[in-house]
Formats: sequence, C-alpha cells, structure tokens
Amino acid sequence: MAISGPHIRTDLESITAWVDEGARVLDVGCGEGELLYALVHRKKVDGRGLELSMDGVRRCVGQGLAVIQGDADTDLKDYPSNSFDYVILSQTLQATRQPREILEQLVRIGRHAIISLPNFGYWRVRMELLLKGRMPVTDRLGYDWYNTPNIHFCTIRDFVMLCREMGIRIERSLILGADEKVIDAPADSGRANWWGEQALFLLQRT
Amino acid sequence: MERPVTETPALFRDCGPAEPARSIVLGKDTPLRLDSGVELGCFRLAYQTYGTLNADRSNAVLVCHALTGDHFVAEKHPVTGKPGWWNLMVGPGKPIDTDRFFVICSNVIGGCLGSEGPKEINPATGQPWGLSFPVITIADMVRAQKMLVEHLGIRQLFCVIGGSMGGMQVLQWAVSYPEMVYCCLPIATAARHSAQNIAFHEVGRQAIMADPEWRGGDYLNQNTRPTKGLAVARMAAHITYLSEPALHRKFGRNLQNRAAITFGFDADFQVESYLRHQGISFVERFDANSYLYITRAMDYFDLAADHGGVLANAFRVKGADGVERPTPVRFCLISFSSDWLFPTSESRAVVHALNAVAANVSFVEVETDKGHDAFLLDEPEFYQVARGFIEGNAQRRGLTSTAKGA
Repeated sequence: MAISGPHIRTDLESITAWVDEGARVLDVGCGEGELLYALVHRKKVDGRGLELSMDGVRRCVGQGLAVIQGDADTDLKDYPSNSFDYVILSQTLQATRQPREILEQLVRIGRHAIISLPNFGYWRVRMELLLKGRMPVTDRLGYDWYNTPNIHFCTIRDFVMLCREMGIRIERSLILGADEKVIDAPADSGRANWWGEQALFLLQRT
Repeated sequence: MERPVTETPALFRDCGPAEPARSIVLGKDTPLRLDSGVELGCFRLAYQTYGTLNADRSNAVLVCHALTGDHFVAEKHPVTGKPGWWNLMVGPGKPIDTDRFFVICSNVIGGCLGSEGPKEINPATGQPWGLSFPVITIADMVRAQKMLVEHLGIRQLFCVIGGSMGGMQVLQWAVSYPEMVYCCLPIATAARHSAQNIAFHEVGRQAIMADPEWRGGDYLNQNTRPTKGLAVARMAAHITYLSEPALHRKFGRNLQNRAAITFGFDADFQVESYLRHQGISFVERFDANSYLYITRAMDYFDLAADHGGVLANAFRVKGADGVERPTPVRFCLISFSSDWLFPTSESRAVVHALNAVAANVSFVEVETDKGHDAFLLDEPEFYQVARGFIEGNAQRRGLTSTAKGA
C-alpha cells in the first residue's frame, strides 16, 4: 500500500535549509546517506546516522559518514537526552513499529526533531480508496498492502493531533503537494491535509 | 642493566617501502609500570615503519597486531617468508596508504619477535626470562606502544587500527589516551574476553604445560622445546578462527591422499592434515611461553570492569574544566557475520556504550562465511568500508593525499 512516494529531493533540500550550520545532527533511518552527506558537506554539521539495512550502512561508512547499523524501534533509547541539536526522521515514521514512542525519543534526544511524512489524507489517496475500493498504490512506491514496509500510515491531521496530545510544539511546517509544489497552508488546515502529498515538520518538546 | 639503543639490521628487505625493522630500548628514565605492579626499567620493543612522517607529524597510523602477529605488517616475513600479514590493508594505494601515511607497528611486549618477552634474556640474570617475566595486560602493551610513539615525536596518532587482540589494543588506546588518537578502527574484537574465549585459551595453555618438554617453563635453559603442546594449542585455536561453513567448503569430509579410511589414527581427513600442518608450522615461529603470556593478557581484558562495570564510562573524558564529555575519538567498528570468537554482539556492545555518551561512531557488520580470520582475508566490502572511514577522517583532519605535500 504505499502512497505517494514523496520525491526525496525536495524534502531533503528543505531539511538541509532548516538545519543550522555546524549543528549536531542524528539522521535516523539515513538510508544510503544522501541527506547526511549533504548536511555534512554543505552545512558542516557533526552528523551521525542510524540505519537498519546493512547495505545502506556500508555505503554510508564507505563514503566517510558516521553511521551505525541499528533499529530505531529499539536503539534510540541508548542515546542520552539533548545530545543532538537536530534528530531527523525522513520518510521513516510510517515504517516503524512504535511511531509514538519513537516520536517521544526524537524530541528527547534532540533539541529539535525534523520529521517528514507521506500524507495518507492526500486527495489522490482518498480517491483511490473511495472510487476503486483498493489500498492505494502509486508509481513511485510500488508496494501492495501485503508487502509494504509502511505499516503505520497517518494523515497530516493525525500527526498534528498526536503532537498536540504529546505536548510537542510544531515550530515550523512545510506542505508539499503534487510535483512537490509548496502548498501555502497551515499544517492544521483542511487544505494542507487534502492537497499535501507530504509534510515536513520542525518539532520541539514543550 | 643499561643497554644501548641499537638498530638491528634488516633480516629481510622487501622491494617495497619498508625500512629495516628496528628495535629500541625504552623505559630507561621512567620505567614502564605494569598493571601487575611490577616496574620494567628497561625493555626492548621491536617495530617497523612504512611511509614518511609529514612535517607536522600528523599522518601517523599505528597498527596493532593480533595474538600471534608481529610487526611485519606489509613485507615478507623474515622467518616464514610469507607475505606481510596485512598487506591487503597496508601498502601503497591500500586503505592505509603508505604513500600517504606513516605506518608504525610494534611487536607487543610479551611477544617473541624482538620485543621484551619471556624468550629474551633478562639482563639482571643473563638467563632467558621464562616464567620470571611479569604477567602483562593489554593496557601494558599499549603503555609500551605509547612510549614508542612519544619517542618518535608523535603527539597524536591519526589512526589506530587492529583486529582481534589488535582491536583490544585499539579500544584500550582510545580509552587510555583519547587525546592521542584522532580516529580508530577496532575490528573483530570485544571490550572484554568472553568466558568461552578464556576457556579456549586455557585449553591451549594446558596443552603447552602438559608437554614434558615445557619443563615448567624453563625449556630454553634446558635446551628443549614444547613443540607438541604448542602445536596442539595452535590447532585448537585455529578452529576458532574459522567457521563451520568455511571448514566444510574447504575440506568437507575429503580424505587426505587416500581412497578409503584406514581404520587407524593417521590423518585420514584433509581437515586433520591441514590442522597438523598449521600446528607444525606455527611452532617454528612462535615461543610457547609467549603464547601463555599473550593469551593471559587477552583473558584479563575487561574495559567495563576498569570503569565501575559500566562500559560507557570508559568513553567519557573529563576536561580541564572538570566537565565530562564524550570521547573525542572517532570510532569505526567492524565485525564479521560468521565470527563466533568475537561475534557481532560484542562489537554492538561497544557501539551501544559509545552511543550512550553520544560519541562519534560507525559500525558495520560484513557479511562473510570466513569466520574470525576474515579480517585478514580478501573481503572487498571490509576494505571498502575501512577505506571510506579513513579517507573521510583524513579529509577532516586536513591530511592531503600525499604525505610529501603536507
């Protein structure tokens, strides 16, 4: 079931823009290190990565990035509180077993957390379910419901509600619609939840 | 008991960049204080260097060898005639590029290839040390290496690297002298020797001591050698360096130069013949008492125990302002999936401890069926990871691509 495989580039660009120069950054689920590499080289951050797939880890370390193999669901608890300026979780929350616990860990470990999510409330997803009665599958992420790693989808509104419930402040958000066009709408608006294919949040524990 | 600093002539000179192997007497002014409490006033350390130290002495890499290794890292071995034990890692154009880095490797204290150890003459008695040699630890090996590094005028090593017992020394370096290590690669190793590993070592030691030619450790004076015991020790240990699939792939149940089993106790199977050969060739190059001392040093290794039982505490550094910070050393741990002597879980325990202090750490498990010895073998992915880590840190440290230009 995967929806809207948000094109990675634009959300990475935005994350790079949000991070302060020279900050301490932990990229959780850093994949093959695309974002981490950009942050280390363009923003001179002290960057670390955590990645589940050994292939990804090898590729990261092979290009000089400080990355360890590990599982966000179990390993984040090892990190001390406030040990990073930013903890980033890019397009990964929906693939974790315990999204709420992970969110808690992210704002504990980092002074800020940056999260990007695919929006299950995006109009095309809603239409697919409404008109075809099938779990949405898009071209970008061709998973079916039975083989998708994405097990905890949410809508932008769901996520905003969860943050409110957990006392997490949304410092900044960015809603990206079709073709990664910026949707000029607040994260808690119906427009964002309808037109946004993906969303990016800068969070802080209150 | 003062002995002059002498440079031993090269036993063998490779056509590569290797300098003649050297040895130096250290501890003349300040003795080496061992963990056991004994002070070694004068001790010899044999070492080898490759490449050129740059002007600001920032390109030094210290290689730490494993249990039965030595300082002939990247050149033909003077005794066995075999290629350097890590010439896949160290050499021109290799991950530790000798065109770029100044590589140092010393025979550990307690060893038997020129460094002070049970086989050498105790200057106080004129007799071989034998069992009167003090028991040494991994930390003692590292203390001795530090004296060598300081003697060479190096204030900070760019990198410290080693596998197995070499990896233990790497960890000890990072913990004992964090300000002297920029980055490090502890490979196929652990922060403590496990009960199973101590058990295997004990089997080896008992094999040596059960050999009547061991003579209570006094065999050198009595002109005998416990070769049978040492060979058995090596055979048992060698099995732990491999893996079941690797042994099976290499030998299966194949018979050795015969069509059928002989109903006797000859080496019917290829694997038996192979192990016997491993044992026999080992005794030519290794001293039995050295084997006892060095295995003991590994058994005693337990970094957490030295830090209140909490491994993470080993990686906290107290600054001049009294504030504790994570170690400044940058780590890359590498394990091998089929290594059951130093399994991945041991490396992971170190990674967890480093994470707990938010230290800078990378960790990769290399997929292989070659067991513990994989770190010495051709595993392209392993060298690719090591190269990437070293390259990234060299750039960060401002080391240009050739030592000469620096």
